[in-house]
Amino acid sequence: MTDRRTTIKLIMAAAAAMPALRARANYRDSLEPGASSPGELRQFEPTMQGYGPDPDLIKAYEKGAFWPLTLSAEQRRLAAALCDLIIPADEHSSSASAVGVVDFIDEWISAPYPQQLEDRGTVLSGFTWIDGDARHRFEQPFAKLTEAQQRAICDRVCDISRAPADLQQPARFFATYRNLTAAGFYTTQAGRKDLQYIGNVALTHFDGPPVELLKKLGLA
Amino acid sequence: MPFVTASTQRGPYDVIIVGSGAGGGQAAYTLCMEGARVLMLEAGRRYTPATESPMFQTPDMAPLGGADTPDKNKGFYDATIGGWDVPGQPYVSVPDQWGGYFTWWRARMLGGRTNHWGRISLRNGPYDFKPRSRDGLGLDWPIGYDDVAPYYDKVELLIGVYGGDTSLENTPAGPGDTLLPPPKPIVSDHLLMKRAPRLGIPVLPGRRAVLTRAQDHRTIPGKLHPGNPRAQKVLAEAMKKRSPCLWATPCGRGCAVAANYQSTTVHIPPALATGNLDIITDAMVYEVSMGKNGRANGVRFVDATTGRHEHVTGRVVVLGASAYESARILLNSKSGQYPNGLANSSGLVGRYILDTVGSSVSAQIPLLESLPPLNDDAADGLQVYVPWWLYKENLSHKLPFPRGYHIEYGGGKQMPSVGTFAGLEWLTGGSYGRQFKEDARRYYGSFVYFAGRGAMVPNDNSYVEIDPKVKDRFGIPVLRIHWQWGDYEQRQAVHMQQTFGALTEAMGGRVTSPIVTDPVKAVSPGGYMIHEVGGTVMGADARSSVTNRWSQTWDVPNLFVADGGVFPYNADKNPTLTIMALAWRMSDHILDRMRRREI
Repeated sequence: MTDRRTTIKLIMAAAAAMPALRARANYRDSLEPGASSPGELRQFEPTMQGYGPDPDLIKAYEKGAFWPLTLSAEQRRLAAALCDLIIPADEHSSSASAVGVVDFIDEWISAPYPQQLEDRGTVLSGFTWIDGDARHRFEQPFAKLTEAQQRAICDRVCDISRAPADLQQPARFFATYRNLTAAGFYTTQAGRKDLQYIGNVALTHFDGPPVELLKKLGLA
Repeated sequence: MPFVTASTQRGPYDVIIVGSGAGGGQAAYTLCMEGARVLMLEAGRRYTPATESPMFQTPDMAPLGGADTPDKNKGFYDATIGGWDVPGQPYVSVPDQWGGYFTWWRARMLGGRTNHWGRISLRNGPYDFKPRSRDGLGLDWPIGYDDVAPYYDKVELLIGVYGGDTSLENTPAGPGDTLLPPPKPIVSDHLLMKRAPRLGIPVLPGRRAVLTRAQDHRTIPGKLHPGNPRAQKVLAEAMKKRSPCLWATPCGRGCAVAANYQSTTVHIPPALATGNLDIITDAMVYEVSMGKNGRANGVRFVDATTGRHEHVTGRVVVLGASAYESARILLNSKSGQYPNGLANSSGLVGRYILDTVGSSVSAQIPLLESLPPLNDDAADGLQVYVPWWLYKENLSHKLPFPRGYHIEYGGGKQMPSVGTFAGLEWLTGGSYGRQFKEDARRYYGSFVYFAGRGAMVPNDNSYVEIDPKVKDRFGIPVLRIHWQWGDYEQRQAVHMQQTFGALTEAMGGRVTSPIVTDPVKAVSPGGYMIHEVGGTVMGADARSSVTNRWSQTWDVPNLFVADGGVFPYNADKNPTLTIMALAWRMSDHILDRMRRREI
């Protein structure tokens, strides 16, 4: 259970995560006080730590090429455990952490953009909650729990519509983290292969779907 | 050396063109092919699709998996340099009565927005040029479909547009040989083709500026440039350098093999090959300069790289900076003689601005779950579309709005992106682990989207003016944009939503979010469709319009507008093809008047 103290810690963690990286990408109202313009002045302040408005689109980038990764070793262990609980290895493909998804998530939550800053707050406070819950219930950090123990924690927060009222925020964290894990995994070669994706190759002609398939679907 | 600077330019020039996108590119092409000496000015940097298009890059090669950011608003690999916010180049947007804002997409690069656009190329029909005559609302164009049709034919032959002929009302095609064959439909297309007709909704082959086969470089140049062997030769060579579609990679990244239309691959290369085109990039134009004879003699700009103010001259000035940017230049061209800005004796520069009504729904279709592996890349979308089908109901007032929309549709097993498997809880019950991987395989490719694109009737609450205080980093006063959708547009958007709900049901699917029936919420904010037009509208006389039937300003005979600014009405048809047709027509007129020494 999330007790009141954990909830407060959660909120404080979320708040604390934000200011350090804020103001790198912000929309600023630079109208002078009393200026006659009644509208919102839309003006973009270039980020010094982002990749800027005109990056090289051809080269392949390592994770963290534009801004430093920020997760600690302990946070990365937790990140990997959670990634692999969400996308484990099976007969079709490897686990998420085996194809660099922890780096993907680290890059994401370390980025200087508003959406990523918001996700950073969600993820870091979620890490605090989930490790807190693990220690509270099983006296071990989440990464050291058995799969059954990890599931006992995650089953209560894996679906926001069924999560109890006091676990809504952890459930939002889990949803965000699952989205990020899936984003990281299915954008890799391993993920595409798992889905049997066969596009993105140059063809001399495009034939469309086989007639047999259309017939089977009643669409021929 | 066709790329020049203010100090290395090779004047005198016949025509100065401001802007290098669809309008400026087309004008440069037509004028240079016919022997005029042209100087083109582009506010952004030089851009080379052959070496800069990230065609086969996968999301894992990009920061954040290629996600949208404030730096790259439509994803890392979108071709646009610019977007909703351009550093140091703000604008003021005034909230509408519901707190909504117009947002303004700008590109700062050679070729402008043509580098990333959707390539959807629909002709306006006869009704679309005479809307007021038909239903009493808005403004008629001073020209009709028959005036523009020959230029639609020419543009389609030049740029290459796939599509299918149709006899449907107000949905014209050329005389038979202007369109390339459409791509084969994918499975989700077949589903729409099968089910939509049950609701009386027609489905046609899409129309996009993509080469589904090589262009006929032997016959097209002769059709486009009769009696001009030099132009024919230049065009034939340019056409040979374009590859047919590779049936892969999104067009919006730009096309290194020139298989789709962008100004930088289709208009500018042959124009440069004539030797008649010089280009200055990083040239932020802010004023049309006037001679003592009441004629324009050039433009002034700030060199964005040095900050210096420069002046270039020519016999004719063409503005193709984009609808609102061209209005901004005219409004900023103030002098004692023109206290309200240039070409503005009507007071209508900046008025009658329009956008496209947008509303969309996505849906999940059980029939499309767990399909075998399929390459659904096709021509990157819009293999099929739905044209507006209720013209008679508009006319008989059976609908609560007077004008139509078309439906852009898509689906299939697209390359997975960071958002593909986000938010699936409503289908999966929050699965994780092996079950989540199973669910991902099952639902991958089972989603479709419907995007309505609708006509807008001009209203008095939507206009641009110069903000009295705010200046951009060059010191140029910025635009203040006032925007308000009318009741018609909002009701039309609700109709779109309801239609998409009905289509989803007919396809046995379920919508991913509820159908929006609140008119205020159903319509996308102004600017989102990036179809802004108007502001220098063409009309029948100098009191009621800024430009005449030749896109020539009434007040200054050697000053023309080549972009969407001249549109007095924005039909549901995406504006780019019409911008090009009108720019070609305008350029023919300029050549004719120059030959007669009238300008």
